[in-house]
Amino acid sequence: MPSKGEIAIAGLGQTRQGKVYGRSHMGLAVEAVELALADAGLARADLDGLLLNPGIAWGNAAMGSFMLQQALGLRDLKLQSTMNLGGATAGAMIQHAALAIAAGLCTTVACVFSDRPLKAPQEQHARAGKREGSAASYAFARGLDAVYGQFGINAMYALVARRHMHVYGTTQDHLGAVAVAQRRWANRNPAAQLHAVPLTLADYHASRWIVEPFHILDCCLVSNGGVAVIVTSAERARSLRKPPVYVWGMGQGHPGGDPSETLVSGAPLARTTAFAMAGIDARDVRIAELYDCYTFTVLVTLEDYGFCAKGEAGDFVAAGHTAPGGSLPVNTGGGQLSSAYMWGMTPLAEGIVQARGEAGDRQVPRHDVVLVSGNGGLLSTHTTLVLSPLPS
Amino acid sequence: MSAGPTIPRPLPEHEGDLAPFLAAAREHRLVVQRCDGCGMLRFPPRELCSGCLSTAASWREVSGRGEIFSFNVMHQVYHPAFAREVPYAVVVIKLAEGPKITSNLVNYPVDRIRIGMPVEVVFEDVSADVTLPKFRGRA
Repeated sequence: MPSKGEIAIAGLGQTRQGKVYGRSHMGLAVEAVELALADAGLARADLDGLLLNPGIAWGNAAMGSFMLQQALGLRDLKLQSTMNLGGATAGAMIQHAALAIAAGLCTTVACVFSDRPLKAPQEQHARAGKREGSAASYAFARGLDAVYGQFGINAMYALVARRHMHVYGTTQDHLGAVAVAQRRWANRNPAAQLHAVPLTLADYHASRWIVEPFHILDCCLVSNGGVAVIVTSAERARSLRKPPVYVWGMGQGHPGGDPSETLVSGAPLARTTAFAMAGIDARDVRIAELYDCYTFTVLVTLEDYGFCAKGEAGDFVAAGHTAPGGSLPVNTGGGQLSSAYMWGMTPLAEGIVQARGEAGDRQVPRHDVVLVSGNGGLLSTHTTLVLSPLPS
Repeated sequence: MSAGPTIPRPLPEHEGDLAPFLAAAREHRLVVQRCDGCGMLRFPPRELCSGCLSTAASWREVSGRGEIFSFNVMHQVYHPAFAREVPYAVVVIKLAEGPKITSNLVNYPVDRIRIGMPVEVVFEDVSADVTLPKFRGRA
């Protein structure tokens, strides 16, 4: 295990995100790496490690990282892998890079995500024509869930959220408070997909249902784009273009079992390892960038890191603690609900921007301890990073 | 709406893991898997027991009674066969014997469904050779 502050993030590259057309998933990945290298003041030849989290558009890309290596023209890599823990992958890539660098396997690793799930309007038309009326095109609907009309991850998360409402008294207003707080952050982030769209609790309640208890505003956006992060030793990072963002702590937690029974994510496990390495507890965290596939996920994650008692996150958010000016700024770029859905890269990238003090109108004044969480599956996988602009 | 061919509602396949479950349903019996290694009941069926890793399992009839463990109400249409049914509820029933099963309630308004509601199985013949277990409220 690297020690606190031994490893640092030296570069961040983000393409435009949202309804971005005209580039493939590979093109977006390459652009993100180019931007991250430029940010760090590095050249392609400086990279000796490459980790990829392939989004949906990559298909079954078991060796996507090799395809990306070829696209980037990278030679003589000493570390490479294609990784997938769902939304926890971004944190896991940073951790694998940190471990490999600390162990001496390699020195400078690009961690990359890209996806292109949104089709351009003309592509949508072509696709609809092909699908219409063909029973074979609905061959995905197999098994008993489809027989009873249960489709997709929204419906699965809705079942867990409903349990949380039942067990802890979480309300629709509580879910809406998360959406509203994060939109207020997005309104300060010019890169956010919904930057220009204000949101009130009344707007939230009036928005259409996807699957109760989730309105469309409880669900993350769908976005095209790419993000890359360069990881290296703290020593090397100090000689590069941007001030280092130090990795103070890291950990993972994958609880197994049935989250609809426990209503607990992997955060308590991951937190224990990461906070011990960083030498902090929840009270030291100034900013929390929490994985937000749904409003509900933010509530569970706040509880599981100990920012409030189990079952009390709804009141915590409704009281304004996580919004601009609150005691614990959460998802300060608008998150995946209001900024862009880049899986775990969304909270990670915003955590880096805040730690550096580069967040402009939304910069949180005290940014010396930044928590970044990743969550994948149905509260199934979890990663924690503790980041800081200070070496220790 | 375009006048394309009607997309039928998805039906379970008679081959594979679910075959004994579907065969029992046609006889109006609700069955779940029972691990022959440790006795744990499980549903949906799996190749092996996550408790003792035994691959030996048999099927056991259960009471068909239980309570609503959780539910959602689907509004978005993910499959055209459900376009005229939205909003409809998908319910997870915790059976009295322990395992959970996903299903629908029959003739029950979605806004009155509550976690903890006692329910019991009913059998609905949905085609010539498929009968599905569904649930209704019980006192």
